[in-house]
Amino acid sequence: MDKFRMIFQFLQFNQESFMNGICGIMALTSAQMYSAFDFSCPCLPHYNLAYGLGILLVPPFILFLLGFVLNNNVSMLVEEWRRPQGQREKDRAVLRYMFCSMAQRAMIAPAVWVLVTLLDGKCITCAFCTSVPVETLGNASHPSLSQGEMKRVLARIPCKEIYDGQELIVNEVAIRYLRCISQALGWCFVLLLTTLAFLVRSLRPCFTQAAFLKSRYWSHYIDIERKLFDETCAEHARSFAKVSIQQFFEGMSTDLAAVRCHLPRKVPADAGEATEKLLGITDQGTMNMALKSWHRCKPPLQLHPPALPSGNSWAVEGQPPTHTPVPRRETAAYYSWV
Amino acid sequence: MDHLRMILQYFQSNSESVMNGICGLLALASIKMYTCFDFSCPCLPWYNMAYGLGIMFVPPIALFFCGLILNRQSLVMLEEWRRPQGHRKKDLAVIRYMCSSILQQAMVAPVIWIIVTLLDGKCLICAFSDSVDPEKFVGFTNASPVQVQQLLAKVPCKDDELMRNNTSHKAVSRYLCCWSQALGWSILLILIMAAFLTRWFRPCFNQATLLQARHWSNYIDIEQKIFEETCCEHSQLFAHMCILHFFESMRQEIKLHNFSLPSEGEGDLLPGITDQDQMNKLLKMWYYEKPPLDVSQVTQR
Repeated sequence: MDKFRMIFQFLQFNQESFMNGICGIMALTSAQMYSAFDFSCPCLPHYNLAYGLGILLVPPFILFLLGFVLNNNVSMLVEEWRRPQGQREKDRAVLRYMFCSMAQRAMIAPAVWVLVTLLDGKCITCAFCTSVPVETLGNASHPSLSQGEMKRVLARIPCKEIYDGQELIVNEVAIRYLRCISQALGWCFVLLLTTLAFLVRSLRPCFTQAAFLKSRYWSHYIDIERKLFDETCAEHARSFAKVSIQQFFEGMSTDLAAVRCHLPRKVPADAGEATEKLLGITDQGTMNMALKSWHRCKPPLQLHPPALPSGNSWAVEGQPPTHTPVPRRETAAYYSWV
Repeated sequence: MDHLRMILQYFQSNSESVMNGICGLLALASIKMYTCFDFSCPCLPWYNMAYGLGIMFVPPIALFFCGLILNRQSLVMLEEWRRPQGHRKKDLAVIRYMCSSILQQAMVAPVIWIIVTLLDGKCLICAFSDSVDPEKFVGFTNASPVQVQQLLAKVPCKDDELMRNNTSHKAVSRYLCCWSQALGWSILLILIMAAFLTRWFRPCFNQATLLQARHWSNYIDIEQKIFEETCCEHSQLFAHMCILHFFESMRQEIKLHNFSLPSEGEGDLLPGITDQDQMNKLLKMWYYEKPPLDVSQVTQR
């Protein structure tokens, strides 16, 4: 039991730390992507807003979806959601818990992108440079330009080398102003997120602790059950394959013995284990024939044929589907592997 | 017993060292964030104060909440505080102890941010440059009050064309930087003195209560971990029995409909599923009709 306990502990620790590791890697990737990205504002009146807001909002959305794609529990959630009810009721609380924990992990990388973008300031500067309050920051005595002309001049604020409105409003003043607003937004965003996370995390034990424990247990159970079922099927497939191949070789051996009379019918008692394993195939020609037969005519997926093998039947339903099994009341044998 | 003791020691030391590690990481993250952050004072009369004080106080609040969120013990403490009494009395001393240790750990990163900010000086220069008394500095005497305000507001921006050759702004900068650093070092000194005195004199007061509180807070933490671990083990066993029961009932069903009984030679390895159709049926049944979450019949044997 101690060994089991250590293995379970390791698995649990490993799964959580693995998911947290993926979160951290995505957050770092997000920050690195931003620093590697070559931001280049178009400096044209309507394009600025589209470009700036696009860079601010589209990559986080992509990162959010990527967070779901990389999470291998998504298929488990969808399976549990879409399965027919059958004999096992569906618990909405469990589905909500699974979705919430996945969504929380997936939100980290987008939040990091938005934060880094806002603190850097280039996106907001690009997007809102045409909305700078010229009356308060700029030169009030400058001869007034038309709206369109003003917007054209202001749109070039992020591009210092082509900016031609120093008399209207000094470039550095405008950029400092916009960057200050951007950084203030960034820090407020961080504060809001951390406050929200703190409230969610700390209010939960005060109100719904019992329901939370239940949801968490059953969501882990569904995960473990799925893995165990896959393992059991894999083991079954291995045993099935072993017996199937053994039967194939035995069949070949019987056929060959029928064709070539001079081959010994049975292995001599004192030949040893190794000879038994050869299953009657003892020369190259025979082996080649066995291999060719394996390729051309694989045995049916049936270990107890009533008579001769009836050929391959990959997609044929052998028996008509039976009625729904009644709830089982008979006692079942208990196979213990512990 | 030895195994259990070793495991318990591992949990106990692991939890504390994990928390100290997280605390240290947050402190380093705090310093790194400040050095990476591109401080850019707006150099406008009312915006300076808002920006400077905002940068000094908003990130520490966020770091404080992060410290609380990342601390596993905060959840344990909240659960212990809010649980119904049941058969186990609640000890407020334990809850107070846990709360104080959580708060101490959460305060490290914010305090480091504030101290680094003060020692660097940029925030205070930005926030208070337009609040200094212009009479103290040469170069501001010939301007009107509004102009003085504007000039003082531009002091933090060294690259501004008005400030480039102005020596008075350097004087103002130095003055504010000096105050900022003095404040930073004073706060650091006070905190370290407070920590030293607390640690030195705490054993003189209520040491027995402290030992009890610390023991039971560790106990609650370990109990929580072992409960989660036991639930994990239990669900593993539950799933195992559920699946075996499922395979066995498929075998029963096949027995009902097949006249050729499976040979007993394959034994435990192939529980009655011996051809493709049976396996497909089993897999279909698994999807369309999962077995109920009830293995009481199996365990009653």
